[in-house]
Amino acid sequence: MNSIILLSLFGIVNLFVGFANSKRILLPLALLFLAVVFGVNLLNWNDAQSYFNNMLTIDNYAVAFTGIMTLATLLLLPFSQRYVEERDANLAEYYSLLLFSLVGAIMMVSYENLLMLFVGIEILSIAMYVLAGSDKRSLRSNEAALKYFLMGAFFTGILLFGIVLIYGATGTFNITEIAAAQVATDGVMTTMFTLGLLMLIIGVSFKISAAPFHFWTPDVYDGAPTFFTAFMSTVVKTAGVAAFFKLMAAAFAASYATWFPTLIAITVLTLLVGNIGAVIQTSAKRMLAYSSISHAGYLLMALIAFNANSASSILFYSLAYSTATVAAFGVVKLVATQRGGESYEAFNGLGKTNPLLAFAMTVAMCSLGGIPLTAGFFAKFFVFSAVLQDANLIWLVVIAVILAAVGIYYYFRVVIAMYMQPAGGQEPIKVNSFASFTLIFITALTILLGLAPALVSDLI
Amino acid sequence: MILTALLLLWPALAALLVLLIKGPGAKKVAFVAALAEFALALVATSYFNIENGGIQLALSIPWVESAGIRFSIGMDGISLLMVLLTTFLVPLIVLSSFKHDYENPNAFYALILFMQTGLIGVFMALDAFLFYFFWEVALIPIYFIAALWGGENRIKVTFKFFVYTIFGSLFMLAAFVYLYLQTPGTHSSDLFAFYQLQLDASTQGWIFWFLFIAFAIKMPVFPFHTWQPDTYTESPTQATMLLSGIMLKMGIYGVLRWLLPVVPYGVSEWAEFVLIISIIGIVYASIIAIRQRDLKRLIAYSSIAHVGLIAAGIFTLNEQGLQGGVIQMLSHGINVVGLFFIIDIIFSRTKTREITSLGGITQNAKTLSIFFMILLLGSIALPLTNGFVGEFLLLSGVFQYNGWFGAVAGLTIILGAVYMLRMFQGVMFGPKSPVTEAFTDLTFNEKAVLIPLVIMVFWIGLFPGTFLSISEPAVGQLLSIINR
Repeated sequence: MNSIILLSLFGIVNLFVGFANSKRILLPLALLFLAVVFGVNLLNWNDAQSYFNNMLTIDNYAVAFTGIMTLATLLLLPFSQRYVEERDANLAEYYSLLLFSLVGAIMMVSYENLLMLFVGIEILSIAMYVLAGSDKRSLRSNEAALKYFLMGAFFTGILLFGIVLIYGATGTFNITEIAAAQVATDGVMTTMFTLGLLMLIIGVSFKISAAPFHFWTPDVYDGAPTFFTAFMSTVVKTAGVAAFFKLMAAAFAASYATWFPTLIAITVLTLLVGNIGAVIQTSAKRMLAYSSISHAGYLLMALIAFNANSASSILFYSLAYSTATVAAFGVVKLVATQRGGESYEAFNGLGKTNPLLAFAMTVAMCSLGGIPLTAGFFAKFFVFSAVLQDANLIWLVVIAVILAAVGIYYYFRVVIAMYMQPAGGQEPIKVNSFASFTLIFITALTILLGLAPALVSDLI
Repeated sequence: MILTALLLLWPALAALLVLLIKGPGAKKVAFVAALAEFALALVATSYFNIENGGIQLALSIPWVESAGIRFSIGMDGISLLMVLLTTFLVPLIVLSSFKHDYENPNAFYALILFMQTGLIGVFMALDAFLFYFFWEVALIPIYFIAALWGGENRIKVTFKFFVYTIFGSLFMLAAFVYLYLQTPGTHSSDLFAFYQLQLDASTQGWIFWFLFIAFAIKMPVFPFHTWQPDTYTESPTQATMLLSGIMLKMGIYGVLRWLLPVVPYGVSEWAEFVLIISIIGIVYASIIAIRQRDLKRLIAYSSIAHVGLIAAGIFTLNEQGLQGGVIQMLSHGINVVGLFFIIDIIFSRTKTREITSLGGITQNAKTLSIFFMILLLGSIALPLTNGFVGEFLLLSGVFQYNGWFGAVAGLTIILGAVYMLRMFQGVMFGPKSPVTEAFTDLTFNEKAVLIPLVIMVFWIGLFPGTFLSISEPAVGQLLSIINR
C-alpha cells in the first residue's frame, strides 16, 4: 500500500524536478526513489492487509511480484543514461510515467476487486501508450504508439465488458464473492457469466501478448524506443501474468472446467507463434519481441497447471525472465545506438570489442533459453514440474520441450554473431559505469539463481 | 566426503585461475592443474574399496531443499573408472596442445578445465537434476571450444551439434521431471528413489525413449549420429579428443546409470530394437569409413562403429556385454585420443589430412610409426591390445543374446581392419609425397603424450583384470537391480 502512495508522490516530485533543468540528478533520484519503494514494499512481507474497503489486498503474493517489478525497473533505469545527453528528450516525464505505470502494475497484482484490476491496467497502459511514442521524430515509434493505443483501447473495452457481464451474473465486483457465487450454484453457469469470463480472458491475454491476441506485439515492441520496450516486456508482462493467475485462482477456480480448454488453446498457440516467429527474424530486437510472446506461453503453462506450485513457478519465472530481458534489451540498446542497427550483424565481433557486454548478453541468452547454471533453467524446470503433476498434460510439456530447443536456436544466433564473426573494424561500444555495473549485477544474479534457486522459489 | 567435492570442484577453480593468466603461461598452469586433478583421482582410488559394488565416497548436501533435490555425489566402480579415464586424458589433451598457439589461450584452457568439472559431475551425480545440470555444464564449454577455435565451417556445424544435443537433453529433463513426480511423499530426485519406482510397462516405454534419445544423440548411435562426423572434423583437435575420448562416454554412462535400472521393462521391450539399430550403425559406419579420404573423418566414422558395438553389448543386459561395454569405454577413449593426436601431428607438419596426398612417413619417422601402429592395432582389437578385451567381451555378450546379431556385429573387426590398415598403408608406406619429404619424427612433448597412452593400450590388453575387477561388483549390482 505504502509503495503505491510513495510511487505516486515520487512520480510527481520527479516531474517538478524536471522543471529545474538539471537532468543529471534525475537518474540518481529516480533510482533512489525505486530503491526506497523496494524497501518499503518488503515491510509488508508476512503482514497481509486489505485497504480501501477491500479494494486492494497486499499479501505475500502482491509483495513478491511488486518486488520483482520494482527491481526490474530499477535495473532498467541505468540504460536510459543516453537520454540524459539528448537535449530534446523529456527525461523527467519519462521517469514519471514509468513510476506511474508501476503504480498501475502494483494494483494489478494486489487487486481484490475487478474494478481495481481495470483501473490498474488502465494506469499502466496509458503511460505505456505515451512512452511507446516518445521518440517523436521516428515514424515507427509513432506507428507503434498508435497501434498500441488503438488495439489496447479496443481490448480494454472487451475486458470491461467482461467485468460488467460478470457483475451482471453475480452481482459483485469482489473476487472472493465471485468465487463464492460459483460455489453456490455448484459451478452451473449462466451464458452471461461464461461470456463475461471469456471476455476477461481475452482482455488479459492481450496485455500479456498471448496468441492469437499478440498481433500488435512485434510491431509495437520493435517500433517503440528500446528502453520502453524492455519495460513493456518485463514489468507489463509480469504484472499481466500475475494478475491473470490471481484472477483465475481467486475468482474463477470453481469454473476451471469452463476456462481450461480456452486457456490451453491459447497457451499452445502462444508457444508456437512466439518460438516459430522468432526463428525467422533478422533483427535481435524483433527476435526478443517474439521471444517475449513465447515466454508468455511458458508463464501460461504454469498458470494452467493450476496447482500449489503455480504461483511460485510464475514468480521464479518472472524474475528469471525479467532480469535476463532487461540485460538483453540493455545490450541491444547500446549496440543499436552506437552501431546503428538492431540486426544480428550489428553484434558481430562484440566478444572482441566489448567482452563485458558480450558475456552479459550470452548469460542473458542462456537464461532465456533455459540452459543450466542460469536462472532460466530452474524457471523452466519449475514450470515443467508444475505442469507434469497432471499426467494428462505430458503432451503439453513435450511441445514446450521441442519449442525450448527451437528457442536455443534463435538465442544462440546472437551469441554466434558476438563471438564467432569478425568485428569488421567496429569501434568498441562506450558503456558508462552505471550500465556496466547493472549488467554485472544482473549476470551475477542470474548465475546465483541458477545455482541456488531456493533463494526465491520457496518464497510463496 | 571432502575428497569427492574437491575432485569435482578443483577443475572449475583451476579454470578461474587459468582465466586470469594472460599469454602462454596459461597452458602450463592448465597442465599442472589437470595433473593435480589426476593425482586427486588416484588418491580417491586408494580410498575406494573395490570389493564393494555400492556407492562410495558419497557426499550429500541440500540444494533445493523444499523440492527434495539434493547435491549428492559419489562413485561406484563404473563411475570410478570413468573419473579415472577423464582425469587421465585431460592432462594429455592439454599437453597435446602445447605446440599450438591458440588465440586467447587463457579462455581455451579455462574452458577445457571447466568442462572437466562438468564431465566428472556427470560421472558422480546421484541426483537426477544434478546429473542433468552437469550434463549441460559439460556441453557449453565444448560448444565454445569447437565453435571458437575450429575450422572453416565450424559455426554451422557446431551449431547443429549444439541444438541437436540440447534437443535430446530436454527430453531427458522432461522424463526426469516425470519420474521425480512419481516418487512417493514430498518427491525426491535421488537415483535410488528412481530405482524404487514401480511404473507400469507403457509408461516405462515412453520414458525409455525420452531418456534414450538424449543418450543416443550424445554417443551417437545410428541414426542419431549425423552431427558427429562434421563436428569431429571441424573442431580443433583438443575438442575432438574431448568429444570422442570422454564426452561420448557420458551417453553410455547415462544408459548404464539412468536408463537400464530405472525403466527395466521399457528396456526389455526395446532392447532388441536398440541392438538392431546399433548393429546397423556398426556396419553402416564401417562401410562409410572405408570410403573416407580425410583422416579425421575416417576416425570419426570408426568411432560411430565402435560405439555401436558398445551400445549393442550393453543392451544385451548380460554380464559379458556390460563388462565389455565398461572396459571398451576406457579402451576406446585411449585409442581414439591417441589416433586423433597422431592425425594432428601429421596435419601440423604436412598441412593436409588427405590420405592420397600423404605417404612414406615411416621412412622419416620411425617412432611415430610404431606408436601409430600400436594404437591402430588396439583400435582394430588385435589380441594383447586393449581393444581385444572389450570387443571380445562385447561380441560374446551379443552372441549370447542372438547368434545372428553376433555374426553381423562381428563384421566390425574385419571391416575395422580394412579401413584402418588401408589408412595406415596410404599414410605411412609407399613413396614419399612432396608434403612428407621433410617429415620430422616425434618431439619430446609428443612422446610424453603418446607413451602413457601406449602403456595403457598394453596394460588393459595384458592385465584387463585390474580394471574389470573395479567395475565387476558394480556391474553385478546393476544387473541385480535390472533383473529384480
